[in-house]
Amino acid sequence: MSYQALMAQLAIGVSNGAFYAMLSLGLAVIFGMLNVVNFAHGALFMLGAFVALFLKLKLGLGYFPALLIVPIVVGLVGVLIDLTMLKRLRGLDPLYSLLLTFGITLVLEGIFRYFYGSSGVPYSAPDELVGAVDLGFMIMPLYRFWVIVASAVVCFGTWYAIERTRLGAYLRAATENATLTQAFGINVPVLLTLTYGLGVGLAGFAGVLAAPIYQVNPLMGSNLIIVVFAVVVIGGMGSILGAIVSGFALGILEGLTKVFYPEASNIVVFVVMAIVLLVKPAGLFGRAT
Amino acid sequence: MSKVENAPPVAAVSPSTRTGRAPLLWVALGIVVLLLLPHVLYPVFVMKALIAALFACAFNLMLGYGGLLSFGHAAFFGTAAYAMAHSTKVWGWPFEAGLLLGVIAAGFMGVVIGVLAIRRQGIYFAMITLALSQMLYFVYLQTPFTHGEDGIQGVPRGRVLGVFDLGDSMIMYHTLLLIVLCGFWLIWRAVHSPFGQVLKAIRDNEPRAISLGYNVDRYKLLAFILSAALSGLAGALNAVVFQLASLNDTTWQHSGEVILMTLLGGVGTILGPAVGGVLVVTLQNYLAASGLPVDVVIGLIFIACVLVFRRGLIGELLAWREKKKS
Amino acid sequence: MSTDAVLSVQDLQAWYGESHVLHGMGFDVRAGEVVALIGRNGAGKTTTLRAITGIVKKRTGSVRIESHEAIKLRSDKIAKLGLGYVPEERGIFATLSVRENLLLPPAVKPNGMTEAQIYELFPRLQERARSQGTKLSGGEQQMLAIARVLRTGARLLLLDEPTEGLAPVIVQQIGRIIRDLRSQGFTILLVEQNFRFAATCADRFFVVEHGRVVDQVAAGDMEAKSGELAAYLGV
Repeated sequence: MSYQALMAQLAIGVSNGAFYAMLSLGLAVIFGMLNVVNFAHGALFMLGAFVALFLKLKLGLGYFPALLIVPIVVGLVGVLIDLTMLKRLRGLDPLYSLLLTFGITLVLEGIFRYFYGSSGVPYSAPDELVGAVDLGFMIMPLYRFWVIVASAVVCFGTWYAIERTRLGAYLRAATENATLTQAFGINVPVLLTLTYGLGVGLAGFAGVLAAPIYQVNPLMGSNLIIVVFAVVVIGGMGSILGAIVSGFALGILEGLTKVFYPEASNIVVFVVMAIVLLVKPAGLFGRAT
Repeated sequence: MSKVENAPPVAAVSPSTRTGRAPLLWVALGIVVLLLLPHVLYPVFVMKALIAALFACAFNLMLGYGGLLSFGHAAFFGTAAYAMAHSTKVWGWPFEAGLLLGVIAAGFMGVVIGVLAIRRQGIYFAMITLALSQMLYFVYLQTPFTHGEDGIQGVPRGRVLGVFDLGDSMIMYHTLLLIVLCGFWLIWRAVHSPFGQVLKAIRDNEPRAISLGYNVDRYKLLAFILSAALSGLAGALNAVVFQLASLNDTTWQHSGEVILMTLLGGVGTILGPAVGGVLVVTLQNYLAASGLPVDVVIGLIFIACVLVFRRGLIGELLAWREKKKS
Repeated sequence: MSTDAVLSVQDLQAWYGESHVLHGMGFDVRAGEVVALIGRNGAGKTTTLRAITGIVKKRTGSVRIESHEAIKLRSDKIAKLGLGYVPEERGIFATLSVRENLLLPPAVKPNGMTEAQIYELFPRLQERARSQGTKLSGGEQQMLAIARVLRTGARLLLLDEPTEGLAPVIVQQIGRIIRDLRSQGFTILLVEQNFRFAATCADRFFVVEHGRVVDQVAAGDMEAKSGELAAYLGV
């Protein structure tokens, strides 16, 4: 195994980890506030990629405008989902919202599969991000590098917004005790809807980032989301930082497995999950549930 | 999560205390109808519906009576299907032995997945079972004996007791009916046994069951294994009827389907999941012919069930009858 | 009923799920008064506060705050009528720092205390501003819970058992704070298990039993009625 090949797989691993991190971060924020396991997270990630595609094909808007517009569009779809459906399930067993978002996933994927089949549509990276970058210790595809940087920035931004701002304090307070937070005069219902919108907006952003790497295809989300569930079980859903760290770490582990034992690369995350469950059932960063 | 600690468990929306004996008259009537049905409809279609009904009832053992949502039951269905197909086709085992192997293999998977999954509750249980069954999916995708995307085709139907040729669809039907009815009976017995009562007690109030001295985890695991084994029975039968064991059996979509059947019919009712299974299979048949996107319709039904119809068909019916009585 | 009542509760009924807890609770609190609800454990005192704030949603009857009917409002709207709530067990958020706890409730009326004024009153909170809210001692947490609502400009304060589980020195300190707030014109509804403490700062007492008011005592009549009160409270 050459050094260069090892590094190449590692780079792919880190950038895959970037997607795990962004998606599990959104899942963790939504779960913390709404107590909803958002199965539709993968489908909305896929929707993000398709919206980017439509922006390009129908409106001639390129990758960078899409990075700004898509999260807003997907976030608004999320707000709509919450107001029309999820909101009615507040206070019920969270299994119901899991099943509801599963249904939404089937509908979204079904629609896109009806029109696009199961095969993908290519979406090319912008010219500015084509090529390779020399990091000194390795040469890396520029686009992969960009994905890592962009997602690190977004993850840090989300963490900062939640841990260090006024709105974040509202979110944390409502996560801890929604009733009391509302009794202080904070409009918690709006806060919840907003959180769902922001969480899935993050998935939309990840979808645009993913479009040039994976092909834009109707099933790109659901295959990913199950792995992300495993990541979330490993990290524990209680912690923002835990979600980010375990996302990147598992991406790297998966990349390494591709080098040393490629047959197991699909399942390594699940195996890690099984081991974590045996050793530390609450998850690495989790509080007991 | 402090805000939902008082939320009732999923199954509690259904009238759960359906003890007492099943009205024998209705059971007899049902069996007569089932005996006549293949003369009216395609036997293969009725068999498909019966298999779905058994699968859903087995699944409901976990959700309806254990209060645990497994999102990975396709793993058991698929495992048994492969075991059945491989043992009868490659090893030349007889029908009965293949069936037994399928059930045991699924039960064994139930042990492995169950031991891991019951370490967490509620929503995590769902995610863990989903992840582990997805892992199994990837394993089956790659191991040679499953023949990947092609699946194991041309599974022989064989002979029951070495005499009756299952290639005859009527003999196949009656054999399958007998086995499925045995499965239903077993589930009915389990639910109404002391074991089932403890299970319901755990579902309704786990801390109390623990304080009463029950080894809660052991009960959950036993229920899980039983549920897995019976799902395997459905899977093994499926492989024989369609002479095919394929990757589709193990997908997360298939796990979702069995949840829908149960939800549609009524979580925590004896009859509900069977009715739901028959309905979903009928619907799929109809949709496949119509050219409409099946997943979209299934998804919409899912959404409708969760939003307005949480008791399911049979659950609503029972609630309505109870209301009328009081 | 007097017209200058800041808070007027009439025929208040409330339910926790299926269980009916308040059965026609009624009393009023006039501007600048400190009124205490006293009674045994489980009599419905805390539920009364939770029904006034809208935390207990299933409720009927009438709750008027500054002559606005609040019985049908959501809890965040009720707070905006000028209500400051200091909950049972203080309700300090563990995931927020002391300062974030202090700044959490939004202003509901103009002219609330500034952060600086609060730190002047409670210097300890400034020293510990960056530490985790629940790392404070019990007494400090109670100060924080009170300080938190003083910032919002609310002039009507609901205090639920502010002395519970605290050392006698701290209890005296809280008594001083309540009397001080009264002299500044705050209107206070106090729920207390500790009758001796309530006697040091309240103007009037309502005795609560089985979810309704069974007696009313003015501060001046305390001595005369001490026998009856002892019977009510089971002391």
